[in-house]
Amino acid sequence: MFNLNTVRGREQLTGWLLIAPALLLLLLVFAYPIGRAFWLSLFTKNLGTNLQPVFAGAGNYSRMMGDGRFWQSIGNTTIFTAIAVSIELVLGMGVALVLNQTFRGRGLARTIAILPWALPTALIGLTWTWIFNDQYGVFNDILLRLHVIQDPINWLGEPTLALLATIAADIWKTTSFVAILLLAGLQSIPQDLYEAHAIDGATAWQSFRQITLPLLMPQILIAVLFRFAQSFGVFDLIKVMTEGGPAGATEMVSLYIYATVMRYLDFGYGAALVVITFLVLIVAVAIATLILSKLRTNISGANP
Amino acid sequence: MTSDSSSAQTPASSGSWKRILLVLSVILVVLFSLAPVLWQLLTSLKVNEDISQIPNIYIPVRYTLKHYTELLSRRPFASYLFNSSIVAITSTMLCLGIGSPAAYALARLRLKGEQFLLSAVLIVTLFPYILLFLGLLEIVQALHLANNYLALIIPYTAINLPLTILVMRSFFQQLPRDLEDAAKVDGYSTVQMLWQIVLPTTLPALVTTGILAFIFAWNEFIFALTFITRESMKTIPVAAAQIGGSSIFEIPYGPIAAATVLGTIPLVILVLFFQRKIIQGLTAGAVKG
Repeated sequence: MFNLNTVRGREQLTGWLLIAPALLLLLLVFAYPIGRAFWLSLFTKNLGTNLQPVFAGAGNYSRMMGDGRFWQSIGNTTIFTAIAVSIELVLGMGVALVLNQTFRGRGLARTIAILPWALPTALIGLTWTWIFNDQYGVFNDILLRLHVIQDPINWLGEPTLALLATIAADIWKTTSFVAILLLAGLQSIPQDLYEAHAIDGATAWQSFRQITLPLLMPQILIAVLFRFAQSFGVFDLIKVMTEGGPAGATEMVSLYIYATVMRYLDFGYGAALVVITFLVLIVAVAIATLILSKLRTNISGANP
Repeated sequence: MTSDSSSAQTPASSGSWKRILLVLSVILVVLFSLAPVLWQLLTSLKVNEDISQIPNIYIPVRYTLKHYTELLSRRPFASYLFNSSIVAITSTMLCLGIGSPAAYALARLRLKGEQFLLSAVLIVTLFPYILLFLGLLEIVQALHLANNYLALIIPYTAINLPLTILVMRSFFQQLPRDLEDAAKVDGYSTVQMLWQIVLPTTLPALVTTGILAFIFAWNEFIFALTFITRESMKTIPVAAAQIGGSSIFEIPYGPIAAATVLGTIPLVILVLFFQRKIIQGLTAGAVKG
């Protein structure tokens, strides 16, 4: 395979030796579980079959079609992702714009702003469960003091409110991630572009629309792609805050997969759920990559 | 005259307006980011009567460390901290040790299939862990790794590899090649050259990636929840999340808050000292690819 008598051949061998350990580990932890899920999804393997795999063909997939709980979890995940990611994008943009200004104490402000991203999601889930506590929660307390509400609200006990509460917690946790990515993009935009634009009489809003947004598009898209993938697989936060309740109102696909495998020991069906979630992600990545490469050629075409 | 004075005034007053707006937005960002954590910190220091006081007490007169001492004495909380540290530190070291050589090869040597490998690494960073836990669970069971640090160290090393490879690769690409060429002329072997010449210059980048890997490993939840069931082997996020579940009738708000604070302190310290590096690393990993 490698011709060791040439410099090129030796280089190839050294290269692959350096890569091999990482490659093996990635195959074991990423490729194997995904491949295994594809294979296992063709079998029924649950308590009914004494946990022995019995070939089922597309049985798991046709079962999914009629599985109301699965569709509800897809719906919940879609709503969660759509609301959370759009608000995070707007807020993250705001935070990035603020942190990009020059002011005293900017370093400290940036440090504080990335804190939510760095903290463990599970612990943040506990924090927000406490904030939304119906009896002693500080959120109810603030609303009561401001006379927005007359009686305490059971935030995590009502289906719609619980979904909104988990979305709020997710927004708090990950807005900083979006802000970090966008801030890096903002810093790479040359300042003289704005100055030239201002001389032409443009307002701040016009500059934002005509310079910042177009030049920031690649970072925005990357942030959205990352956030989409993460929030489509959201687990820690929901598991800690609501466990998917009340009445399945906050059960995301990830929680349904987890319950299918760990509680109902339905491995074959769980594997099929993994496969579908994986495919949704891959399609999203493909679309995003396509748009991204178009954007990149557009930008490099505009100013060569 | 009047027109003169007004034109001189407008930029100044609009400038001060902008200044006020900026200060307000900064305060808003800081409050938004800190308030929930501060509330949890405050709760952890309140006495029980004050915690369950309605309306809430924002500035308590009594403070206590009881919730902390209770955590450390009644539960193996010290071992949770120890477990989290062992797992996070070991996997971070392993990840740097395995990821950096791979990154070097991808940056410096022209390999067949390099492009494919890079795109695979990029896509993999987007995978939520829920997609992996079923397959990994089978591996853990087959190798009898349950309740073993390795059941966490191996996946944590792997999930941090893509970021490590991307960040380190972009670092190696910026490193001037002359250094390595000079070392080769001086008769260093490749291994000597990497170890004695390249490694020392890499330290800042290693610290950057190391911090990110440590944060991800410390925070991981689903593998730790699934592969570790023995109480004394649990990591902080899982152990803290399960405090509430131990009794339905009286939720121990104080100890939960204290556990949150203890579990986040190491990360707060990291962020305080390495803010710049964290931002650099995250953007290099996500944007450069």
